[in-house]
Amino acid sequence: MNYFKILMNGIVKENPTFVLLLGMCPTLGTTSSAINGMGMGLATMFVLICSNVVISLIKNLVPDMVRIPIFVVVIASFVTLLQMVMQAYVPDLYATLGLFIPLIVVNCILLGRAEAFAAKNGPVASMFDGLGMGLGFTIALTLLGGVREFLGTGKIFNITIMPEQYGMLVFVLAPGAFIVLGYLIAIVNRLKKA
Amino acid sequence: MEYILIFITAIFVNNVILSQFLGICPFLGVSKKIETATGMGMAVAFVLTIATIVTYLIQKFILDPLNIGYLQTIAFILVIAALVQMVEIILKKVSPSLYQALGVFLPLITTNCCILGVAILVIQKNYDLLTGVIYAISTALGFALALIIFAGIREQLNMVNIPKGMRGMSIALVTAGLLAMAFMGFSGVDRGLAAAWGL
Repeated sequence: MNYFKILMNGIVKENPTFVLLLGMCPTLGTTSSAINGMGMGLATMFVLICSNVVISLIKNLVPDMVRIPIFVVVIASFVTLLQMVMQAYVPDLYATLGLFIPLIVVNCILLGRAEAFAAKNGPVASMFDGLGMGLGFTIALTLLGGVREFLGTGKIFNITIMPEQYGMLVFVLAPGAFIVLGYLIAIVNRLKKA
Repeated sequence: MEYILIFITAIFVNNVILSQFLGICPFLGVSKKIETATGMGMAVAFVLTIATIVTYLIQKFILDPLNIGYLQTIAFILVIAALVQMVEIILKKVSPSLYQALGVFLPLITTNCCILGVAILVIQKNYDLLTGVIYAISTALGFALALIIFAGIREQLNMVNIPKGMRGMSIALVTAGLLAMAFMGFSGVDRGLAAAWGL
């Protein structure tokens, strides 16, 4: 297996947000700014890498019948771990992302990759898959957050690019999330054909 | 009055899909026809109410007394998964007609984040059991309302000519954005009512 290929597969070819359209709730809910989007993406990536590695290590010990509940427990354990670490070291980001951190458990990307990749491949390949998918997710969320932050407040990563009074507040609010993601997907579709 | 306020807030002002972004997957996935949207809405209402009661009892009588609140996420997701299975088995036996209507949607509900989200929110907001149940029912109604309206719009969208790149999910998301904008018109209603009723 070519590890670089696995990595790029997650970032470009099977990008979880723009191509597979998985994990829409955090994608829309946490991207009011580029920083928040990136934080959410990195948090998900951490859980994804850890759960992928552990699941590929235990895949031969797990009976097929109870596979899914066990995968969910593995994912939920890492999410709990993440919650504690974030509460201790980045309490501000934890407070902003709020409910969406425990909700990583029900993010379809995690269970999807566990089923589709980690349950069939070795731990190193699974780690690269987790890294690729996680990076793809992080890039997509940062991009979405950046566009929304720029259109809404004229800033990117809190750096002012255009005067704030030109910002359209609606893009930071709920409707903006849907609309910006809709157009980004349209652009990606167009680029894919070219 | 307090309950009516929670009811209105959860359905219109803080709509679970359009302003809290919970349960987007079924919102985009099963909204192609009004019939399936109604079925999904009913299934979510059913499971959400039961799940809220069960997770509330687990939090208050198992996690809190034992001081293991940090296990909340693991405990809740397992309980919800088991509960969905159980509801499916019981419905199959007790009410085959209801099972036929909701059956297809039940397995999908485990990964619906609005179930786990609402269960955690009820604990976070420190509601008592009755308030929590009313909150859960109104949230589910809000979910069903948004889902059915959206399905209606998408049925109409099938008949129009959409630019190539925008077809599929892209136009659906933009439509959802416009719907969310319409629901934004309700913002502030909750505070107005609270002031008018002196809460």
